[in-house]
Amino acid sequence: MLIAATLAIFVTMILAIFRGIVGPTLYDRILAVNMFGTKTVLLISLLGFVMGRPEFLDIAIVYALINFISVIGVLRYSDTNQFKHTPDENESVEKEL
Amino acid sequence: MEMIITIASGFFILVGSFLCFSGGIGLIRFPDFYTRMHAVGVTDTLGAGMVLVGLMILSPDLLVFAKLVMVLLLTLLIGPTTSHVLAKAAFHNGLMPQQLKRSEQIDIIKNKDDKEKTSSHS
Amino acid sequence: MKHTLSLFITLSVFWLLNSGHYSLLILSLGFASIVLILFIAYKMDVIDQESQPLHLSPDIFGYLAWLVKEIVKANITVVKHIWLGKQSISPTLKKINISQQTDMGKVIYANSITLTPGTVAIDLTENEIIVHALLVKDIESLEAGEMDHRVTLLER
Repeated sequence: MLIAATLAIFVTMILAIFRGIVGPTLYDRILAVNMFGTKTVLLISLLGFVMGRPEFLDIAIVYALINFISVIGVLRYSDTNQFKHTPDENESVEKEL
Repeated sequence: MEMIITIASGFFILVGSFLCFSGGIGLIRFPDFYTRMHAVGVTDTLGAGMVLVGLMILSPDLLVFAKLVMVLLLTLLIGPTTSHVLAKAAFHNGLMPQQLKRSEQIDIIKNKDDKEKTSSHS
Repeated sequence: MKHTLSLFITLSVFWLLNSGHYSLLILSLGFASIVLILFIAYKMDVIDQESQPLHLSPDIFGYLAWLVKEIVKANITVVKHIWLGKQSISPTLKKINISQQTDMGKVIYANSITLTPGTVAIDLTENEIIVHALLVKDIESLEAGEMDHRVTLLER
């Protein structure tokens, strides 16, 4: 059952990576990377129990903090020009879906 | 007793991982950025919460239990913060939700602020 | 002073639970690091009632229990709509009035909205909050104001 849960989390991470690659806008990609990070925390915790080594939880805590800081760090630059969303891009989004 | 622990933790972990999987499906299926954010919210709150509660039931001693509580608290604090920051950044940089047909939504965008690009887009 | 003591206790519990080794050397190293953190926090001027909200009444636990119930209900709704597909959702963007006076109350309200799946608080102004919701029903239940009322009660 632990292994089944690990596999489910793993599939979810693959879906998040897929959205990160396809993701039409920049924000979709950041969202996908953020979700990938939080799922990694869950995966590490589960793997610690699967392998019988609960010390992995320390790594999970550190990973959660690093993930948070990296997302906030990227978004600190969100008022620069590269983060501007242009309407043209938006139309191509609608076509793709 | 052993039996009850196994069944309870199994229930929590399986339901939690199903919720996480649903969130991943939602991330793929939903049409635009803002709706996808709600799908991620599911995995951050109840999905992670139920998996971690299931692990807490399985935990062998107090220290592991306390660490799991810490991971849970961190997830619950980090989830809303990142999604709010992300939504705010996207909104202020002119990414508008689809289906802007209601008049009150147009209102919001018009008197939001001085972003002429934004209002011309809507 | 009260807030410094509260920060010290929080950090000590965090350190002791994370460490798991209780020899004298390691305990003294932990104490030294806690004192260092307290010094840095003092220099940064972040030890106040904002980072250590001691003045919140004990009602907060009742509110948290209610919030967990709401989160579970909202999760079930959102998961149902994920599997029903994108024809069943009705995304909405709307401004909502808030009745809290203090910053702490506003932040608690906005964070509760964001923590509940299906609604995300996008922007917070003086007395209004822009909310994006997955369903029109969610916006309506926010406008009915039960959560708003509970947070306002918490502020006193």
